[in-house]
Amino acid sequence: MTERLRVHVDPDKCQGHARCKALAPELFELDEYGNAHEAGDGVVPEGLEDKAWLAKSNCPEIAIDVIEE
Amino acid sequence: MSDVSQPAAHPPVTDWVNDFDHTDPQWTDDPFPIWEELRAASPVVHTERFLGCYMPTTYEAVREIANDTEHFSSRRIIVRDVRPEVARNAAPPITSDPPVHKPAKQLLLPPFTPDAMKKLEPRMRAICNELIDGFIADGKVDAAARYSKYIPVQAIAHMLGIPESDSDLFINWIHMILELGIKDESKLLEAVQEMSAYFRTHIEERRSRPTDDLISYLMNAKDKEGQPLEESHVLGSLRLLLIAGIDTTWSAIGSSLWHLARTPADRERLIAEPGLIPIAVEELLRAYSPVTMAREVVKETTISGCPVKAGNMVLLSFPAANRDPKMFPDADKVVIDRRENRHAAFGLGIHRCVGSNLARMEMQVALEEWLKRIPDFALDPAGTVTWSQGTVRGPRQLPFLLGKAM
Repeated sequence: MTERLRVHVDPDKCQGHARCKALAPELFELDEYGNAHEAGDGVVPEGLEDKAWLAKSNCPEIAIDVIEE
Repeated sequence: MSDVSQPAAHPPVTDWVNDFDHTDPQWTDDPFPIWEELRAASPVVHTERFLGCYMPTTYEAVREIANDTEHFSSRRIIVRDVRPEVARNAAPPITSDPPVHKPAKQLLLPPFTPDAMKKLEPRMRAICNELIDGFIADGKVDAAARYSKYIPVQAIAHMLGIPESDSDLFINWIHMILELGIKDESKLLEAVQEMSAYFRTHIEERRSRPTDDLISYLMNAKDKEGQPLEESHVLGSLRLLLIAGIDTTWSAIGSSLWHLARTPADRERLIAEPGLIPIAVEELLRAYSPVTMAREVVKETTISGCPVKAGNMVLLSFPAANRDPKMFPDADKVVIDRRENRHAAFGLGIHRCVGSNLARMEMQVALEEWLKRIPDFALDPAGTVTWSQGTVRGPRQLPFLLGKAM
């Protein structure tokens, strides 16, 4: 069985650069202040794995984890 | 005897590693080789100028300082010859430290979310096209004076609810605060007073006729205890929005056009693949980051193994961090489709630029509309490109020839 990915934003590290929302809008949501959190339970739908890694590698605050389950 | 109204010019720099000066003409003109030299010497360098000032030269050292609000205060955020008295509510939240920083910042965030910026986008496209209409038939233009400057001026004037026709006033205040004010405190104080008086008039008008803009928004905002903000807080934040909203994006759009004028291959690629423009905007932000901030060391500590002592300022150069080859492969090259880009152009940590979503939208729209209508342009060999000095770096004269017949 292939591994699935889950994304998680550390709310203490996120400063609202919103790079994840721009690069992977399906995987992240912003609150009223523009700070990010993962959409739903953070599970990355098949086909969006690249976007998950891209969001992680563009976060200036290193606030995004991609967890291989 | 020297004229007291004319501050002494700084002596030229002969030893960059031990005597750096970010106002030196060589730095203004081409800072990149200087940063490379400093980085090769140490992750943190020091100068006796500006009453003592450090500069972190690596991305890692910049990140450490940006995230350390215990040892590095934001009460002074511009490196100047003097240390003007710290004013309460100078420009919250950028001049605030924890714990007062967070509520002041949260107040300003909702009007600047990506969704809020999307609503402003059609207006910005129209503004860009009106500006282009004004010069496209001439075959040449100073793009800094007639294009990149007016995009952020009109955006922030619209958001604040102040007349766009006052833009020359705004530009002059910013020049006095960010450039002349480095060496001449009286210019700084004069501009701050004039800005405060200007905003007081607008606040008075809104007491009888409330408006749907950021001035009314701040007038009606409440603090944690549910009380209205002090007038000094409202004025400080309004000054911040006006100052931070103009020079910065003016510089970023100007530097981007400067790069594209000199790099036909990147221009052609963006015209062929307009979907790449948002990625290109990030790379241009990295390579030509306009904003250098500052901190004041309030408690002795160590950064990347280097001791730093209280009482010194810190030139927090996000632009130099963004050129660190340990962080970015080919750091000195513009890689127009760079995919991994953790650049720090909008700062790192709690002081992340509140207007970053606005700046990104303005840059994207400004480049898209320009390239649609002016696919071919080059620097005018008969003109001279000049750059602003000090805290915000970008072209202030940008003479272009437009069209293929160059």
